[in-house]
Amino acid sequence: MAQVNLRKIVKDYDDVPAVRGIDLDIADKEFVVLVGPSGCGKTTTLRMIAGLEDITDGEILIGGDLVNDVPPKDRDIAMVFQNYALYPHMTVHENMSFGLRLKKVPKDEIQRRVKAVAGILGIGELLERKPKQLSGGQRQRVAMGRAIVRNPKVFLFDEPLSNLDAKLRVHMRTEIKKVHQKVRTTTVYVTHDQVEAMTLADRVVVMNAGLIEQVGTPHELYHSPATIFVAGFIGSPAMNMMRCGLEESAGALRLRLHGDISLPVPAERVARYRSHVGKANLLLGLRPEHLTETRAQTLPGQAPFDVTVEVTEPLGMETLVFFSLNGGEVCARTNPSANLQPGKRAPLLADLRYMHLIDEASGRVL
Amino acid sequence: MSAVLERPRTASLRRERRWALIWSYVFLVLFAVLFLTPPLYMLVTSLKTSAEISAVTLPWWVFHPTLENYFGLFDSEAYRTFFRNSLVVSLSVVAITMVISILAAFSLSRMRFWGSATLATGVFLTYLIPETLLFIPLFKIFAFVQDWTGIEMMNHWWVLIIVYPTLTVPFCTWIMIGYFASIPKELDEAALIDGASYFQVLTRIFLPVALPGVIAATIFAFTVSWADFLYPMAFTTSVDQMVLPAGIVTTLIKGDVYNWGQIMTAALLGAAPPLLIYAFLMDYYIAGLTAGATKG
Repeated sequence: MAQVNLRKIVKDYDDVPAVRGIDLDIADKEFVVLVGPSGCGKTTTLRMIAGLEDITDGEILIGGDLVNDVPPKDRDIAMVFQNYALYPHMTVHENMSFGLRLKKVPKDEIQRRVKAVAGILGIGELLERKPKQLSGGQRQRVAMGRAIVRNPKVFLFDEPLSNLDAKLRVHMRTEIKKVHQKVRTTTVYVTHDQVEAMTLADRVVVMNAGLIEQVGTPHELYHSPATIFVAGFIGSPAMNMMRCGLEESAGALRLRLHGDISLPVPAERVARYRSHVGKANLLLGLRPEHLTETRAQTLPGQAPFDVTVEVTEPLGMETLVFFSLNGGEVCARTNPSANLQPGKRAPLLADLRYMHLIDEASGRVL
Repeated sequence: MSAVLERPRTASLRRERRWALIWSYVFLVLFAVLFLTPPLYMLVTSLKTSAEISAVTLPWWVFHPTLENYFGLFDSEAYRTFFRNSLVVSLSVVAITMVISILAAFSLSRMRFWGSATLATGVFLTYLIPETLLFIPLFKIFAFVQDWTGIEMMNHWWVLIIVYPTLTVPFCTWIMIGYFASIPKELDEAALIDGASYFQVLTRIFLPVALPGVIAATIFAFTVSWADFLYPMAFTTSVDQMVLPAGIVTTLIKGDVYNWGQIMTAALLGAAPPLLIYAFLMDYYIAGLTAGATKG
C-alpha cells in the first residue's frame, strides 16, 4: 500500500509563505494531478513529498510512514523532471539502471528490468545511445523509464511535458496514461496546464496562493466548481462571469444582467438561491458551450436574449462568438451554420440549467 | 528590383569579410612571431657550443650543431635532482589542489549553508593577493612552526608542496565552482532520488560531467607549480632541495658567468612537460574555459 498523506503542510522561504497548510490524502494506485498558476505552491508541494525541500511545518506520510526527516533516497519514490535531468555522460541503459546499480541489485536482474521497461516504453532500440542523441520525446520516455524501472512506491512528475512541442505533448500525455494503466503506481503529477490535468487525473487538486482551492474528479471540477478561482481556471475558453442581480417576483427568480436582459432562474434552483435575492456582488457563471445560437425548440431552463456580436473566431467544428456585457467580454460557442456576423444583432440562447451563481465577495460558488 | 538592390550589399559584405580576415591574419602572424621567437632562439642556442654562442655570427643559425649541452645536463646530478624535485612537487600539488578544490567547489556551489556565497567570493579574493606580499609572512609562519613543533621548514623541497596550494587552490576552486554551477540542479536531485549519497553525486555525476573543467584546473595547477620562481628561490637554498626554475638560475649562472647553452637547454627541457600536457589536453582545456558560455 502506497498512499500519500499530507497533514497541514507549510513551507516558508525566509518568511515568504509558499505553501500555507494543506491537507491531502492520495489513495494507493491513484493518479492525482496538482494544477494551478505559477507560484501557487504545486511544485514546492511535490518537492516536499520527494524530500528535496524541508517542511516548515506539518507531516508527510508515504505508505503510512512519517517521512518528514527521511532523505529522498530512502522514501522509495521516483521523480520525472521538467527538463528530463538525464545523466549526459551515461547511455540510456546506464541512465535507467543507475538507481538499481547504486542499490547493488544483481546484474541479470537489472538487465531483465531495464529490458522489460524499455519494452513498455518502446525505447528498446535506444539503450546504447547517449541522451544528446535522442529527441525530446525519446528523452522524456527515458526519464520515465528511469523512474519505472526502480519500481517505487510513488511516482512524482514535475511538469514533464512542458518542454515538448504541442503535438508531442498530446502524444506523450496518452503514453503516460497508458503507462499508468499498465504499471498501477500511486502518482502525483504537477502541471499548470488544465487540459493535461483533466485528461490524466483520477482526481485533480486545484491550488492557488499556497492553498488547495478544491479537490475532485475532473468531472466534478468542471461541472461543480466550489470557488470562483476553480470556475475560472478549469475549462477553455474560460467560464464567462457576468455581473448580475437576483430578483424575485411571484415566487420565481430572475437574473438581471443588464437593463434589458433578464433571464429566468430554472425552477429546480429557486430554493437554493432564494436567500441570496437582493445581494450585491453576484456573478452569473456560464460556460461558453451553454451560450449558443437559438434552437428551434427551447427547453425549460433555457432562455433566449439578443446581443451585438463584436468578434467571431471560426474554429471549423464551432465558431466562438464574443460580445460585451456590463463592460465585460463574454464568449459563446455556436454552430458554424448559424453564421453570426460581427457588428450585427443576434439572438443567443443561455442554458441556465448549467448556471453557477457566484458570490464575488467570498469567492464561493453558491 | 530587390535583386538589383541586394547585389551591392552582398558585394560589400563579402569585401568586409575579406578585410576582417586579412586583419585577423596580420595580427595572428604578429603574435605567433612574438611568442614563438624566444623558444626558437632557445632551441637554436641550445644546439650551439659556448664558443659559437659567443662568436660574432648569425645568431639564428647553427653552423656546428651539437648535443653537448643536452648530454651535459643529463649527466649532471644536480639537474636530475631539480627535475625529480619539480616532478614530485608538481604532481603532489596537483593531487592536493584537485582534492581540496573539487570538494570545496562542490560544497560551495551545491550545499546551501550560511555564508556560502561570501565564502565563495572570499576564496577568489585570496587569489588576488600577490605572492610577493606573502612570502615574508610565510617566513614568519615557518619560524613560528619551527618554534612550536621543532619541524624545520626552511630549505626543504617538500615545503613547496605546502605553499603552492595557497596559489593553486583558490583559482582552481573558482574554476570548478563556475563549472559545477553550470550543471543543472535537477541532475543532482535526480541522483539523490535514485539513491546516491552526496559523495556519489560528486564522483558519479559531477566529476564525469565536469571533466573538461577538472582538466582545465589540473593544467592550471600543474603549470603554476611547475613554473613558479619566487617561492623556491625564497624557501630553498641547497642544490639538492631545489626545483627546476630556481635550480637552473642558481647553478648555471656562476657569479657573472652565464652558461648560456645549458641555461637554454635546461629551460627548453623544463618547458617540455607542461607543453606535452597542453598538447594532449588542449581540446578539453578550451572546452573547460568556455563552459557555460552557451546553453547545452
